[in-house]
Amino acid sequence: MHEYSLVAALTRKAEEEARAHHATAVTCLRVKLGALAGVEPELLASAFTLCREGLLAGAALEIRNVAAAWACPRCEAAFPTGAVLRCAACGLPARLVSGDELLLEQIEMEVP
Amino acid sequence: MCDSCGCGDPHKVSLDVQERILSVNDRAARHNREHFAAAGVLAVNLMGSPGAGKTAVLEATARQLAGRRRLGAIAGDLETDRDAQRLRAAGVPAAAITTGSACHLDAEMVHAALDRVAWRELDYLFVENVGNLVCPAVYDLGQAVNVVALSLTEGEDKPLKYPVMFRKADLVLLTKLDLLPHLDVQVEAVRDALARVMPDLALTPVSARSGAGVAEWIAWLEARRAGVVRGVAAHGHVHAHPHA
Repeated sequence: MHEYSLVAALTRKAEEEARAHHATAVTCLRVKLGALAGVEPELLASAFTLCREGLLAGAALEIRNVAAAWACPRCEAAFPTGAVLRCAACGLPARLVSGDELLLEQIEMEVP
Repeated sequence: MCDSCGCGDPHKVSLDVQERILSVNDRAARHNREHFAAAGVLAVNLMGSPGAGKTAVLEATARQLAGRRRLGAIAGDLETDRDAQRLRAAGVPAAAITTGSACHLDAEMVHAALDRVAWRELDYLFVENVGNLVCPAVYDLGQAVNVVALSLTEGEDKPLKYPVMFRKADLVLLTKLDLLPHLDVQVEAVRDALARVMPDLALTPVSARSGAGVAEWIAWLEARRAGVVRGVAAHGHVHAHPHA
């Protein structure tokens, strides 16, 4: 259950930005979450709901989930889910194209 | 919304951030990594379930490398410093990090613990992470390599169930190999499961009890260490930083 420590990092970052922009309230945080980031979206959402306060007290959390995608670094062939992660044609280990994102993308705030 | 009286009703703006949520930890990890690289210390983040045999692997490593290499350790647990005590008894200077309720170590915890280990004098610094197959994989500590201890008794499907951690592994140690005759687990089945989550598959079966496979594990470590030492030689100097 590291979702609480992630929420702490997330809210600290959002609060800093909100203060720097003289915001009166943060209304929404948009987060991009890869399937291989090691974070449960539901746990992150419930931890956020429990921990939001101050400028973020009324903020929503929007999570955009990103599926894992692997490709061969040479021939760029994609790997189906559950496949052995080595290209049968080129012999090279697959490269993760997307799916490890753990990003704060956008902060929506109210400014005077 | 007020649009008539000029009271200054707030309006909404969207700020593009596009930043890693763990950027503060990433920065601390980078700092640790620079320290280790400059001092020519190979930092190993050793992860795995509770009871996978992480401490036993380190004890066997200490026995093999005694008198040849200088080892040190930082051991994380929710409670007690038992692992650190075991490592010290095996001749490895070790500091304990008691996390209380935290399920993982982070880069700042490791940095703070460096004051309690004479890490600059070491060839290897092992960070024995909190026993957990999920959370530790999310936090960069500044290690050079990630090693995951997976015991045979955990079953062959663990890599498929916990892909995040195994994807991050540079090497998986399949521990408790001496139990193989008593179990229905096949090493090849573990290898097949790993190949589906770990692109550059590296699996070394070991037994801390019998010593089987320990030589291969040490050879893997020594090859990694040679890379770090070459890096220091190429860099030509060691940065001075205010740490023990």
